[in-house]
Amino acid sequence: MGKRIGMEVGIAAAEAVALCNIDVAAVYPITPQSHIAEHMADIIHDGRIDAEFITVESEHSSISACAGASAAGARVYTATSSQGLMLMHEILPIVSAMRLPVVMGNANRAISGPLNIWNDHTDIMPQRDSGWICMFAENGQEVIDMTIQSFKIAEHPDVMLPIVLNIDGFQLTHMIEPLEFPSQAQVNKFLPPRKPFVALHPDNPISMGCFNMPDIFAESMKVKETALRNSKKTIMKIWKEWGKMFGRHYKPVETYKAKGAKTLILTMGSMGETASVAVDEMRKKGASVGLVKMRLWRPLPIEELRATIKGAKTLIVMDRAISFGGAGGPVATDIKSYLYQDMSRPKVVNYIMGLGGRDVAVDDFIAMTEKATKKKEDTFEFYGVRE
Amino acid sequence: MIEIRWHGRGGQGAVTSVEMLAMAAIEAGKYAQGFPAFGPERRGAPVMAFNRISEKPIKIRSGIYRPDVVVVLDPSLVGLVNVTDGLKPDGILIVNTTKSAEEIRKALNFKGNLFTVDATHIARQELGVPITNTTMLGAVLKATGVLALKDLNAPLEERFGRLAIKNVKALRRAYDGVKMAQAA
Amino acid sequence: MKKKKAASKKWPEKWQEINPGCMVFLPGNAAAYKTGSWKAQKPILDKQKCIKCGLCYIFCPEGCIQEDKEGYFIADLDYCKGCGICAHECWPEAIAMEEEVE
Repeated sequence: MGKRIGMEVGIAAAEAVALCNIDVAAVYPITPQSHIAEHMADIIHDGRIDAEFITVESEHSSISACAGASAAGARVYTATSSQGLMLMHEILPIVSAMRLPVVMGNANRAISGPLNIWNDHTDIMPQRDSGWICMFAENGQEVIDMTIQSFKIAEHPDVMLPIVLNIDGFQLTHMIEPLEFPSQAQVNKFLPPRKPFVALHPDNPISMGCFNMPDIFAESMKVKETALRNSKKTIMKIWKEWGKMFGRHYKPVETYKAKGAKTLILTMGSMGETASVAVDEMRKKGASVGLVKMRLWRPLPIEELRATIKGAKTLIVMDRAISFGGAGGPVATDIKSYLYQDMSRPKVVNYIMGLGGRDVAVDDFIAMTEKATKKKEDTFEFYGVRE
Repeated sequence: MIEIRWHGRGGQGAVTSVEMLAMAAIEAGKYAQGFPAFGPERRGAPVMAFNRISEKPIKIRSGIYRPDVVVVLDPSLVGLVNVTDGLKPDGILIVNTTKSAEEIRKALNFKGNLFTVDATHIARQELGVPITNTTMLGAVLKATGVLALKDLNAPLEERFGRLAIKNVKALRRAYDGVKMAQAA
Repeated sequence: MKKKKAASKKWPEKWQEINPGCMVFLPGNAAAYKTGSWKAQKPILDKQKCIKCGLCYIFCPEGCIQEDKEGYFIADLDYCKGCGICAHECWPEAIAMEEEVE
């Protein structure tokens, strides 16, 4: 395997993109993604890869530029966060409808108001319904691996969908930790140059991003839904390929000491690592507790979730976001809705935690688990709010 | 696993210190984390930065609340910021100061293991500027023994290029010159 | 492959027949839709007054005014919708709008 080096994860993300030999990057800087944007610009300016860096004036323009470049057959990358992602919101469903394989790194940061630059998942949740494949990385190594995998998945003829990779802002982007990079030769073998299904070119005129009447719109939406759902097969196939090549295995739902556990904690993103330490400490004291880490958010891996949750009495869902005025956190609501039809299902305790960079330590996971096991029914509540 | 908290002022290179230390530890085959107290930093404002170093993979990603070591890069922070907050009872406090150990103990009401060094003076002499981040790395290495002096050479060279040799000298002087005052 | 199958049938009906991304592989197929039948009035050019400036060509929203061999700008009545903008913009007043007879 490669040598372990210490590098900031944000910088590493840009380096991973460089290994993928992209053609176009249109990135607008926003804290905490800024190091990715800056380093991407440096790499391209230094001529390390033959690519174009489009200095756009906003995130709305960066995603539009990416869509245009991708339509012309280029391999494209962009990165953003929070308010930048909100600015892109209008274009995101269009990119997925046009089946363009744009890859985006999202440095998870709270959305405003009030203005907050720290880590939580409230920025990606409003983009849940945009038709993009959506994944979460748990540590710096996964950021590198999943960035490279994303290009292959997005461009696969059975997928042809854009992908957003979530990288916890500050918690991951600004963390220096041990990382291993695959070699350029290995990445070239894994990820050949893009062969677009079709590309805009004067010699072969077509129309993309067209208009659509009520009598065909429903069918167009069915296509999009089917494409997203079916993409899971290919995602898992490519993850298997990666595992064979690099010895690091990826699954839609990862588990840690979950087999046979009466209580399960469910997390997404980097807090899963801290949760695993909490699980170890609780198990030392004899608690029957395990951890479920969801890597794939969209398409929702229902079968895999069902298989891992089976047999648990309590499922504690950690949501780093909330749907105001709704039924709770986005992850818990999704899980509860498909569990609804199951004859036997665990009690779901939903905690809204870690908002706006509120630190979630090992002790917090332990406290939440102890509170949850005492609950008699499904609840949803904020954790750690001073009253 | 050892947890270190650094106190400095924005612009004094506390983040560079944690970077150098983390990279050196990883280069030496250990596992490490280096991260700033995330936020909008401004020159001169008190800031914090953190390191975790371990022989085994580090899974904790929260902040550091009970550090084993606290490093104070700027003497003016003593008395201004609660630098000993959360420091483990058998932990180590390393302070850049011209004052004596007794004066620091009195100012902080601190009875634990204390290391002092006039890093500002060393930095001024070796680097020409009162930026003490690399100098204090020497004091940290001596006080904790977490890495060898030579482990810092490669990261310093990559970061500072032709200025690396001056930083190595400053580091060495602090390593040799840091004074230990045993816990009471 | 999918591309050829969709091209043989003009418009998709079932969702399985829709091209990826709803792409349209028949370029310029708007020309198949002859909008000339929409008009209630048509432009008549007085060649005596026309100075061949081309302003009507520029302003026509349909883009159906073309320059002929002699340099006059004539509307293609297969597409002309009779909006009257050419007559409105023609400053020598060489174009007049006439009621379209069925």
